[in-house]
Amino acid sequence: MDFSLFFSQLMGGIGNGAVYASLALALVLIFRTTGILNFAQGEMALYSTYLFWYFTQRSVPVLLAILITMVISFIGGALIERVIIRPVEDKSPLVIVIVTIGLFLALNSIVQVQFGADIKTGLPRFYAATTWRPGNVQISADTLVLVAMLAIVCLLLYVLFQHTKVGLAMRAVSSNAESSRLSGIPVGNVLMLGWGLAAALGALAGVLIIPQLGLEASAMQSILFYSFAAAALGGFDSPVGAVVGGIIVGVAQALATQYVHFLDGITLIVPFGIILVVLMVRPQGLFGTKRVERV
Amino acid sequence: MISRRQAQIIGLVVAVIVLAVLLVLPHQTGTTSTLRWAQVLYIGIAAMGLNLLTGYNGQVSIGHGAFFGVGAYTTALLMHNEGWQFLPTLVVAAPVCFLVGVVVGFPALRVKGLYLALVTLGLAVLFPDLTKRFVHATGGTNLVSLTRAELAPPAWVPLWVSGEGRDDQWAYYVTLGAAIVLVIAAVIIVRSRFGRALIAVRDHEAAAETVGINVAQVKVLAFAVSALYAGIAGSCAVLVTHIANAEKVNTFQLSIEFLVAVVIGGTATVIGPLLGAWIVVFLQHYISDDLPNHVSSLGPLKRVLGEPAASPAIFGILLILFVYVLPDGVVGGARRLYARLTRSRRTRAPAVPPSPTPLTT
Repeated sequence: MDFSLFFSQLMGGIGNGAVYASLALALVLIFRTTGILNFAQGEMALYSTYLFWYFTQRSVPVLLAILITMVISFIGGALIERVIIRPVEDKSPLVIVIVTIGLFLALNSIVQVQFGADIKTGLPRFYAATTWRPGNVQISADTLVLVAMLAIVCLLLYVLFQHTKVGLAMRAVSSNAESSRLSGIPVGNVLMLGWGLAAALGALAGVLIIPQLGLEASAMQSILFYSFAAAALGGFDSPVGAVVGGIIVGVAQALATQYVHFLDGITLIVPFGIILVVLMVRPQGLFGTKRVERV
Repeated sequence: MISRRQAQIIGLVVAVIVLAVLLVLPHQTGTTSTLRWAQVLYIGIAAMGLNLLTGYNGQVSIGHGAFFGVGAYTTALLMHNEGWQFLPTLVVAAPVCFLVGVVVGFPALRVKGLYLALVTLGLAVLFPDLTKRFVHATGGTNLVSLTRAELAPPAWVPLWVSGEGRDDQWAYYVTLGAAIVLVIAAVIIVRSRFGRALIAVRDHEAAAETVGINVAQVKVLAFAVSALYAGIAGSCAVLVTHIANAEKVNTFQLSIEFLVAVVIGGTATVIGPLLGAWIVVFLQHYISDDLPNHVSSLGPLKRVLGEPAASPAIFGILLILFVYVLPDGVVGGARRLYARLTRSRRTRAPAVPPSPTPLTT
């Protein structure tokens, strides 16, 4: 067995896994507070990435463009929660599916109308896209940046949740919205904050991964599906699970693509299988809270 | 003020008129319009099937495009490779889709609500890749394209149905026939013991189980029956479009169209999905073909609406609005209006499942 190839694939998988992890974190943020699986998460990130492209075309410095994009995404995400999601928050799964899918369709076609349907290539990175080969193992700067990004995001979220008043309020709302409201926490604002954070996180994942792939309207769809697999594996209400799940899914994808030739062209079986098996065997995932159903 | 009996008679008359119009339709209109109506019918068939699952049984699926595809490929491959006539392929396609539905239905026993929606989404995303891998048709792609000779109606079909030199008529009448049979089947299913069980399981699973309903059996069967409907719709679509194809975009889009037809028409109503399919198909054509011509004075708005990619946006926004304004669909809204007119307080199958009442122990 060619170990340098194996480790190269492993590194690439971890890089992709970092992207899945951050999008899965966004899904988890929303699920914890509102109990919604946001099928439009990928398209929200897609819109943000198009915004980023637009700013860099207007020769805004890359890092500044990322920052502006994240701020706008934060506001957009909060607005989406307030205007579109709030009225249907406690409705049946069917209604929630319809609304998030409606959002999906709308965002996906709005980017094509607003920015053009052609593939945008050559989106800038803020670092040099080099590749190192220590002992024939390929490690790209992309991978390192993605992993570093994930680490920083985790740290910031940890500080937010565990060491700030706002984070405490967010945890309270996800634990029991009704009691939180009674003890004076502005639940509505917390929900908007959750959606805003998720949108900003998706934006960050988008602007970091898309330069490697090329930007087009369908760019985020399979990424979203892998992220759903990551969130399911880790447990939909567990941020730690989202990160671990993301890395596992990324690595599994890379190794399956390289070594399991039976799966050529149908690698999507990997996330699909993960989702299916986890939901059937252990619905709470690796790190999630087990839910008790009362009759 | 109308009485119940009068309303029933009105309903019957309307049904007969609609049926008569649908029967003579191809003789009155051109090919384009006939094919569009055939599209309404096959999307309606699939939506009816999805409604049995989602509306009556409460299991949300956004992957029925995959079952549709299974039906389409079964029919297209049998006709193209084996030289079968269309109608015999249904005898194979229907059981195949039913069985695929059973296979998918088993995981659904453990996976509910939004999670089930996620799994079925996976089905829609995975299916195109599977066909690309395992179907080798024209030029090595997964596109099965049928010739006119392969699609021609059998010799025993009367000329009034097959049409002279028109291949759209045969496709239309076959789809119409399938739709009629499946509407009747849906009415029978909904009114049967099984139909009551579907609703009972949707409204309160544990209570349904205590009164002796085999919940697992009902849920799996619901999946299988709805897959069968979607599969037959797919088979009919082969006659209408002359191809079987599964691209990423259209399998997902079809799945969504079925769901939209159900929601717009009215969940848990037999006729709602057909009405919804009609609205979906004609709305889409209106948005992409006619709407841009109607807004002449507004420059930037016309530019936006003229864009072909704009139609899903309008569609998505309408969809969200619909859920806010008319959550029980057109048929549900009409029923509420009717209930107000007759001032009757008849109980009817609610469109949105009510929150389960706690059982006292």
